Amino acid sequence: MITAHNLWKHYGDHTVLERINVTVDEGEFITLVGASGCGKTTFLKLLLGVESISRGSLTLSGEPIASEPGPDRGIVFQQYSVFPHMSVLENVVAAIGFRQPGLTGFLFGQPKKDAEELSLSLISKVGLQAAAHKYPHELSGGMRQRLAIAQALMAKPKILLLDEPFGALDPGIRADMHTLVLDLWRENNLTVFMVTHDLKEGFHLGTRLWVFDKPRIDPHAPEAYGATITYDLSTSRNTDVAFSETSP
Amino acid sequence: MKRLINLTPAPAMKWLLGLLPFAVLLLLYVVTSDARLAENAADKLLPSFGSMQEAMTRMAFEPSKRSGDYLFWTDTASSLRRLGAGVAIAAVLGLIIGIATGALPMLSAVFSPLLTVTSLIPCLALLPVLFIVLGLGELSKVVLIAIGITPFIARDIQRRTREIPVEQLIKAQTLGANSAQIICRVLLPQLMPKLINAVRLSLGAGWLFLIAAEAIASTDGLGYRIFLVRRYLSMDVILPYVAWITLLAFVFDYLLRRISKRLYPWELAE
Repeated sequence: MITAHNLWKHYGDHTVLERINVTVDEGEFITLVGASGCGKTTFLKLLLGVESISRGSLTLSGEPIASEPGPDRGIVFQQYSVFPHMSVLENVVAAIGFRQPGLTGFLFGQPKKDAEELSLSLISKVGLQAAAHKYPHELSGGMRQRLAIAQALMAKPKILLLDEPFGALDPGIRADMHTLVLDLWRENNLTVFMVTHDLKEGFHLGTRLWVFDKPRIDPHAPEAYGATITYDLSTSRNTDVAFSETSP
Repeated sequence: MKRLINLTPAPAMKWLLGLLPFAVLLLLYVVTSDARLAENAADKLLPSFGSMQEAMTRMAFEPSKRSGDYLFWTDTASSLRRLGAGVAIAAVLGLIIGIATGALPMLSAVFSPLLTVTSLIPCLALLPVLFIVLGLGELSKVVLIAIGITPFIARDIQRRTREIPVEQLIKAQTLGANSAQIICRVLLPQLMPKLINAVRLSLGAGWLFLIAAEAIASTDGLGYRIFLVRRYLSMDVILPYVAWITLLAFVFDYLLRRISKRLYPWELAE
């Protein structure tokens, strides 16, 4: 479904990613781990379309990935993912309205009622039914991320990108969020890419775990070489532990 | 003994401390005014509160002998009409220019340099040009206020637009929103409280331009009156007028703050 072939990304002289060759099938849950500044988030941005590749190719179903974000790729950031001026319900309804053509994306009459009903059922699924009319600033961090996920799913993306979505949450709340994400992933037949700092979380959630690291380092020019996927592991949750080192 | 930076007044004390300078200034005025009047009962520089009240009763509640108008109220109405029109035009233009250049890089490339240069023009220096081109009527005064504060509001809104986290714009795009939907639904609502704030900050400049324009060419208005009665050293009219303008400015600022709080409850929480 997604194929990267000899993918490179530089910013000027600064090489961030180099020689990335991977193929991802539909329905995989991929977790991206690695030290800070190792290009995990850059890779996510390439998939999202806010950054473009420097060399090689990155294709989605055979087509090069669009150079701007679109509804086939949903995103949840660590923060600022929801609209602060809309209530929980409005945030999710907006996701339906934005798929209509038109200048404002406002819905009226029956379509609005239908959209609200649909949104409320999704809001209950993520456990926010009691907070449907609250604004994001009245919610806890975990509830805001639940809302962000519900909103992203409303656009029915094929791919869901998660950029350290639970990085700012308490451990107890994280466990609940893990259950929620796994449930939604199975139900909606999503392909998920999730950046995380937490190796344990990466192993727990992913069907496949990528470790980003720099295989070559020039001590006189630390930015000359970029990071690549040094380990591509199938996690034990799906298959027996397979441990393979990708050829650099 | 705590450090000075940690010493905070109790709420009641804070009120009293805040009122103290006003009381001192008032007392100082009364004492010096009395001293001058005791020496020369016809002194005009520091009129007593009694004579100010007398003058204001004449201005506000007795029809003028010449025109039959209640001057204080017609002055107030004319000035507020000009200020309101000027500020409203500036707010609408500033919002449109600010959002357009803040959200659309292509428009920003065209208009941002122009906006920067325009905002540097000292627009009081343009007043003669406005009088020549637009005449001495209402239009030139309203246009002066609008020209004076539009660049400020536009640049403020432009900056605020760019301050909205890029994550929100990306999120909206992944939900399928087009540019117009992002501007109408994501940017505009979040900028409305910023616009009210920008208007609050620019009202001071608005008053300045209004009074300047009225002082130079007008037949009524608060600024016109102050500069007119200056010829007769009528401090008993000037001082209450200045106090009245201050009060109006305070009330508008307060109202705008309340409106912003009422309409945009999510704003302050960030």
